[in-house]
Amino acid sequence: MSVDTTHATMAPAKPESVTLTIDGRQVSVPKGTLIIRAAEQIGTAIPRFCDHPLLDPAGACRQCLVEIPDAGNGRGFPKPQPSCTMPVAEGMVVRTQVSSELARNAQEGILELLLINHPLDCPICDKGGECPLQNQAMAEGRGESRYLGVKRTFPKPISISAQILLDRERCVLCQRCTRFSDQISGDPFINLQERGAASQIGEYVKDGYDSYFSGNVIQICPVGALTSKDYRFHARPFDLVSTRTTCEHCAAGCELRTDHRQYRVERRLAGDLPEVNEEWNCDKGRFGFRYGHQDDRITRPLVRRDGVLQPASWADAIDTAVAGLKAAGRRVGVLTGGRLTVETNLAWSKFARMVLGTNNIDFRSRISSPEEATFLASQVAGRSQAESVSYRDLEDAGRVVLVDLEPEDESPIIFLRLRKAAMKKKLPVTVIGTHLTRGSVKMGAALEPCLPGDEDAALVRLVERNVIDERTIVLIGERAAASPGALTAAVDAVRVAGARLAWVPRRAGDVGAVEAGCLPGLLPGGRPVTDPVARVETGALWAARTLPAEVGLDAGQMLASVLGSPADDAEEPVEPAIDALMISGVQPRDFADPAATLAALEQVGFLVSLEQRTSQVTERADVVLPVALLEETSGTFLNWEHRPGRVRVVNTQPATPMNEIRVLAALADAMGSDLGMRTVVEAHAAWAEIEPWQGARPELADPEGGPGTGAADGSGQFPATVAGGAGSLRLDSWIQLLDSSAGLDGATDLQASARPAVVRVSPGTAQWLGVAEGQPVQVTGPAGSVELPARVDPTMIDGAVWMPLHGPDQAAGGGSRQAPPLRQRLGVLPGSPVHLAAVQANAGTDQANAGTDQANAGTDQANAGTDQGGAA
Amino acid sequence: MSEDAVTLEMAQGSSPLTPVLSANWDDPRAWKLVNYERRDGYRGLRTALGMAPDDVISLVKEAGLRGRGGAGFPAGLKWSFIPKDNPNPTYLVVNCDESEPGTCKDMPLLMASPHTLVEGAIIASYAVHAKVAFLYVRGEVLHIIRRLQQAVREAYSAGYLGSDILGSGYDLDIIVHAGAGAYICGEETALLDSLEGRRGQPRLRPPFPAVAGLYASPTVVNNAETISSVPAILTHGKDWFQSMGTEKSAGFTLFSLSGHVANPGQYEAPLGITLAQLLQISGGMRAGHQLKFFTPGGSSTPMFSAAEVNVPLDYESVAGAGSILGTKALQCFDETTSVVRTVLRWMEFYKHESCGKCTPCREGTWWMVQMLRRIEAGEGRPGDVDKLLDVNERIGGRSFCTLADGAVGCVRGAVKNFRDEFEAGCNGVPAWQLLPYERSTVFSDEDLDSRVGATA
Repeated sequence: MSVDTTHATMAPAKPESVTLTIDGRQVSVPKGTLIIRAAEQIGTAIPRFCDHPLLDPAGACRQCLVEIPDAGNGRGFPKPQPSCTMPVAEGMVVRTQVSSELARNAQEGILELLLINHPLDCPICDKGGECPLQNQAMAEGRGESRYLGVKRTFPKPISISAQILLDRERCVLCQRCTRFSDQISGDPFINLQERGAASQIGEYVKDGYDSYFSGNVIQICPVGALTSKDYRFHARPFDLVSTRTTCEHCAAGCELRTDHRQYRVERRLAGDLPEVNEEWNCDKGRFGFRYGHQDDRITRPLVRRDGVLQPASWADAIDTAVAGLKAAGRRVGVLTGGRLTVETNLAWSKFARMVLGTNNIDFRSRISSPEEATFLASQVAGRSQAESVSYRDLEDAGRVVLVDLEPEDESPIIFLRLRKAAMKKKLPVTVIGTHLTRGSVKMGAALEPCLPGDEDAALVRLVERNVIDERTIVLIGERAAASPGALTAAVDAVRVAGARLAWVPRRAGDVGAVEAGCLPGLLPGGRPVTDPVARVETGALWAARTLPAEVGLDAGQMLASVLGSPADDAEEPVEPAIDALMISGVQPRDFADPAATLAALEQVGFLVSLEQRTSQVTERADVVLPVALLEETSGTFLNWEHRPGRVRVVNTQPATPMNEIRVLAALADAMGSDLGMRTVVEAHAAWAEIEPWQGARPELADPEGGPGTGAADGSGQFPATVAGGAGSLRLDSWIQLLDSSAGLDGATDLQASARPAVVRVSPGTAQWLGVAEGQPVQVTGPAGSVELPARVDPTMIDGAVWMPLHGPDQAAGGGSRQAPPLRQRLGVLPGSPVHLAAVQANAGTDQANAGTDQANAGTDQANAGTDQGGAA
Repeated sequence: MSEDAVTLEMAQGSSPLTPVLSANWDDPRAWKLVNYERRDGYRGLRTALGMAPDDVISLVKEAGLRGRGGAGFPAGLKWSFIPKDNPNPTYLVVNCDESEPGTCKDMPLLMASPHTLVEGAIIASYAVHAKVAFLYVRGEVLHIIRRLQQAVREAYSAGYLGSDILGSGYDLDIIVHAGAGAYICGEETALLDSLEGRRGQPRLRPPFPAVAGLYASPTVVNNAETISSVPAILTHGKDWFQSMGTEKSAGFTLFSLSGHVANPGQYEAPLGITLAQLLQISGGMRAGHQLKFFTPGGSSTPMFSAAEVNVPLDYESVAGAGSILGTKALQCFDETTSVVRTVLRWMEFYKHESCGKCTPCREGTWWMVQMLRRIEAGEGRPGDVDKLLDVNERIGGRSFCTLADGAVGCVRGAVKNFRDEFEAGCNGVPAWQLLPYERSTVFSDEDLDSRVGATA
């Protein structure tokens, strides 16, 4: 080994740089950079249509042609070359339209050709005003067309999906949309059809364009060919006011560009945030913004008089609320949900401790467990963004293991990022689950087969097999709370293997709620309420002499306490009962037992609801205090990475109610306390003062029961008592991205694109049941049955069955919120045993045969199963 | 017919023709293995299997065999580009998707002697270490597909294909694949996409097929005639091959005479022969007519006027005269022919066959057809010829692949040589008045009269 080599290897690794000359100016860029991007470095925008920095080069539109007199080897190209496909080379000489007549001539020629068949309908086109083709034509095009022929026309528009319309005559066939679908989302349901001048974008006849990310193709279309059904003909781009803000629909933390006009949000676009959503977002974030503008918006306080909610003045409503709360004393519980900003969460956290004097606060309006509370205190709360896993880390990981997390449904941007890493960097993804979903297949994921409830054992197996090693990142979803031991096993696994762990909740406000201390055992910054130092630190910030020292009741215990059933297995609660509840941003159907939750809301002595819209909570409340929509207020969301995302005021109507912090401050005043914050700015300043907790954190102990004991529900409402045996399978389930959730109200086109509810069974189960693909299956739980069409999934393990947690309910014809969620109708949770049976379609018409079949089934079940399988 | 003429000339011993590929075409049932073997068939393969694969490449390289599909890239050099350290398998793909207007050399070759191609494919595959070779044939020529399939079947039975070929330890499978009738699939990367089951559109290069071709693996793509020329080189050696043709364009090749010639057909001759010589051999233009213009290598190659009849038909000379040797499809047109009409028909072909991927080709051919139709009908406006040329030049050299270059090439050559015919169309004279179309049918006036009478 020579000395030189040693030096070379010791030299710090930095990206190799290439120097070239563009229009007479020298520029150095990393090796592999495309000419079109190198030109951007010196401020030259080479016109383009098909080029997109996040898509593979295509070279289709030819608009970006440049002259290359020297390719770096002393020889030039005789013809103009596309700058969007050619990487730079050392010593290369490039002449763009700025300095080259050839390049200018080539670009003019392409533009003229693009326009000969393009309709002159800019005045009525949605894209007019923000259209690259229009801009380019105005800047560089001919004043008068030389084309005397007939323009190509198509019947217009055609529907590509429930949300997207295509005007084919406007299309310049840049293939950005098809490349996005193929390369980014992995849903290649649209493609080029026909040939030559008849080329057009089309969808497969059998399967329409079915993608959670379809709206992105509207945004990246460089002309007005792909338009949003929801936005079409609603506004001109130059009349819209744009606001950069953060999406409220999940914990991914996408930046949005929200466009509004005259107090009305007209559309939302994906913002440009390379570290998070790059330039993409999901359809839920893009189209789900009409919910606040329905008939059910509440703008005036309501007070229940003589059993009826009636409009009241603010003073009256506040006085009534304060009277009720004072009567309850410390026997008040606070449920804050997962949709609030950090600032609002902090106001609630402080309100509960300082004004109400209780630790009875919980944001988890969903399936949760005491194990999860400990996990959050020990692993999530009080962590900075710097020490948390990031999107970038996912791309650079050696492997990503998904536990109780289906990213495409539960955190779509994580899905996009994992798929990108899988495609570009061959990132191996391992899914602990019952089957490989469409999303898993698109990521090329491997399945670690595991029945719901046995995730802890699966994690142990992965560590033993060295699948989880020091370069692995484990992502665990909030559903893990339904699987006892899973969270503890995940912590153990990453500790043993030296891997990293991140918790991925579903809602935008979840991480912020943890950090703000909207948990019965945590103060802001991850401070345990039981730790005197933690209380002193928090008290100092809040100018409070004392803070309640006992761990409060969690959501399930509060509701159980209202219903009078003692919280099982826990120590005798300090507060004997809950006499009043304060609830904000919570849907009862999200709780483990929706029916019991509703009953508790009926029975509780006093109920104060802070809400934007009429809900099952406001309907049962004694006082309803209206609060501002997210688009009318500002704040911060912390995404799953702990990354702050600014929420900005999009638009305020004259009748906008106060925001939640202001309402809480008013309540505090009337209670004789001072919340210390009246505005988002003040709350944010208070938030900024909080340092992460440096003291001891709770340890996760092995929960009772040990690994693989099956499902249990933290709130303990549902005894999982379906009799085992024939037809009994364990339920795997999660909430799909698009369902009947309230956040999608008003977005009818979006709701129409929701995936239909199905029941996924293994081939073995299908054979046993005697059902084929698409045939109805009856799923039965303790509370009832639903019928769903069967999907026979070859990757599904025997012993498990999958269905969506909520629906949409296909039988009811789409996502109507009137119908209770699927799991509520069955009375089940993920991990519960359910009973499956084939639906006898023709029982009525052919009784004799049906009778015979049943008789056979009775005498010999195994044979009958085989027979039925054969017949199917 | 034409073969009769060739045979006749050969018998006279004075012909410059060199039938190698076509030598056995007149044999009875030449396409059967037994008859091919009787003519020393598969001798070249036996020679090749006795050599190291790299020596086969060297031999073909030194012989100077250049691609017969149009571009004229040295075949041996192309084979030597296949990386040795790529873990993926290597493939040979033979382009039998002949579909250019005027080009008609591969189809007769595969029809008459499919084993020539099969043998060549085995030798080429051996040289580049391919275990699988694909013969991509245009879908319309069903009869030829069957002949090829039959030949491959026969080769398997005789032990020329399959495992341990002729005891050499070398294994090869050949798959005959029928295209779906798209001109663009003759472009090598579009062909690969089509072979993979995708929409046939040209791919971005680099990576070149030699590095990442079929299924992202190293791939050699050669024309059918190129591969078919390989066995003879193995049998007779490189010196024999170089004894024919010119220094840089060695060897024999098929020249396809068509159009207003007395005896259309395939004429196999050394590169560097002139059209004048070929016309002399073949019997000249149809009786009573003179050559007006011709294409040296199919419609994509800018046309030559009668003045260029003595240009040697080799790669360098044709390029030096401003065109491309292309596929050596010599379409000859006599003085009755309307150049406007001819170019319009060709442009309609390119418009129909444009794949639609890139703007200049998709939109340009659409526009050019409309302009040419107006000029043909005498409805052009003054200045339209310049506009035609300007648009033409804004298409040429700016498209994704060379399909559009072919389209603009024919317009460029036509206007350069026969501008007055286009100007006439811009001055109210329809092409069919200037040069009545019925006069340019391939039949003599007497024939035409008698045929019209017969069908009337």
